[in-house]
Amino acid sequence: MIVSVASGKGGTGKTLIATSLAISLKNRVAVQLLDCDVEEPNDHIFLKPTIDKTETVGIPVPVVDEAKCTRCGRCAEVCAFNAIAVLGEYVMTFPQLCHGCGACSYLCPEKAITEENRETGVIETGGVDGIAFVLGRLTVGEAMAPPIIRKVKEKIKNNGIVIIDAPPGTSCPVVESVKGSDFCLLVTEPTPFGLNDLKLAVETMRELDIPCGVVLNRAGNGDETVADYCRLENVPLLMTIPLDMEIARLYSRGVTLAEGLPAWQEKFAGLLEKITEIVDERNSCSKR
Amino acid sequence: MKEIVVLSGKGGTGKTSIVGSLAFLAENKVMVDCDVDAADLHLLLQPEPDEDHEFWSGQTATIDEAQCTQCGLCEELCRFDAIHDLRVDPAACEGCGFCANTCPAKAIAMKDNLAGHWFISDTRYGPLVHARLGIAQENSGKLVAMVRQQAKEIAGKIGAGLIISDGPPGIGCPVISSLSGTDLALLVTEPTLSGQHDLERVIGVCRHFGVAALVCINKYDINEDNTRRIEDYCRRQGIDIAAKIPYDSMVTEAMVHGKTVMEYHPNGTAQHIEKLWNIIAGHLAG
Repeated sequence: MIVSVASGKGGTGKTLIATSLAISLKNRVAVQLLDCDVEEPNDHIFLKPTIDKTETVGIPVPVVDEAKCTRCGRCAEVCAFNAIAVLGEYVMTFPQLCHGCGACSYLCPEKAITEENRETGVIETGGVDGIAFVLGRLTVGEAMAPPIIRKVKEKIKNNGIVIIDAPPGTSCPVVESVKGSDFCLLVTEPTPFGLNDLKLAVETMRELDIPCGVVLNRAGNGDETVADYCRLENVPLLMTIPLDMEIARLYSRGVTLAEGLPAWQEKFAGLLEKITEIVDERNSCSKR
Repeated sequence: MKEIVVLSGKGGTGKTSIVGSLAFLAENKVMVDCDVDAADLHLLLQPEPDEDHEFWSGQTATIDEAQCTQCGLCEELCRFDAIHDLRVDPAACEGCGFCANTCPAKAIAMKDNLAGHWFISDTRYGPLVHARLGIAQENSGKLVAMVRQQAKEIAGKIGAGLIISDGPPGIGCPVISSLSGTDLALLVTEPTLSGQHDLERVIGVCRHFGVAALVCINKYDINEDNTRRIEDYCRRQGIDIAAKIPYDSMVTEAMVHGKTVMEYHPNGTAQHIEKLWNIIAGHLAG
């Protein structure tokens, strides 16, 4: 089962939930944690895993053999991202704009275009104490997160529980991270910002047809509107974590909630049970 | 005209609350919300009825089943795994058009995406340009470029000397689009290990694009050891700490009431933000 952790609004506690869930489950089931927040990956700060393997990942970008090229301009015509241009005698490529679709090299009538990999990030694979761990990291200055996320997700083993820590927001990096998940936990806080961004996240999950439930973090500081929204929209509120300076301090030092306050481990195990029930119920409905 | 963008790397450090307060403090300016896929600034500034514009960007492949000969070439060539059983998954389609350009039966067309909306609004502090990216849409970077361009045009029209921009979290496409060509980046962080890790990466992005940065440590008293570590790091990097703001539940309370901290509770945290604004204004003037 693949469970992703997303949020809409940043800083609501995705990393806290993803890492504590992994730690709470590791003695019960095979656990793999994927940090798909490749712009700002943080799970390793809390888990301190041993990294066994680091691979570079990138985008295949065109290289033009000027001797073979007849300057016909077909490559520029088919490129949707303006990453290749023919200006008189010159063929210019703009690797930063290239999405690596391969259209130019395939469609070049002279077969004058080959591809080379332009490195845009790394994937680290390792583990810690019963948790298999994968992290993607976008190189500083690079724009495109989705290709890195795709590579991280190629590492999914899909036995036991796979936990995906997604980036904030609702745009392409989030979609790339959560698609294919059996369930998505949406972490929010009881504030107008939290509610606004939760609504966007719920809409995103509905668009992608992924069942979701809410974890309300820092409860007690703010208002009741998130709980009201969940009731009204029939989105299950699966867990509530109070606003607690002790939890904030543990987090600030890179200590997971599940380790700093071990009583939470049972609650996270219970959270997985609730998720499993929802997913099983949905699967049996779709079979019927 | 000057442009300042507020970034953080890590989400939830307080960017929008601070931008709301800067909107209160600065005179003769235009606000722009560059966090187009989870915009929140409008919740503080409560804009008057919007001027609503459609944002068309990017394309998605569609297959005409009547013309399709089911040869499967599109599925084979697509590198984004967007075509399965001769159906296009719009969430996976990159809009590259490779399939449409190669389909032997010419059964694939590329349709333009309505990728979102952008708005020009009036607020109690002046004009606000903001946007809403369509659900699960791409091209957030282009929508950011659009709202920034609009903000510049409005500022030119009304003779505003400053654009204050609320940026997105992260370091990728929409952050780069928010940052490039601005005069100053205010980086809001918090004294957590994640906050520091993410700050270091966003400082890297500022350096990469040659934009000067100032740091504000929000909720600095949650972990004063970490605050010192961040201060040391910034000193070594030659970046000034413009403010250290203590944790204050009034910030959340103000948000719940749809107000900036400056309006809701003018004593306390508001005074730290006022000092922060004076330092920013000094940097922009110098």
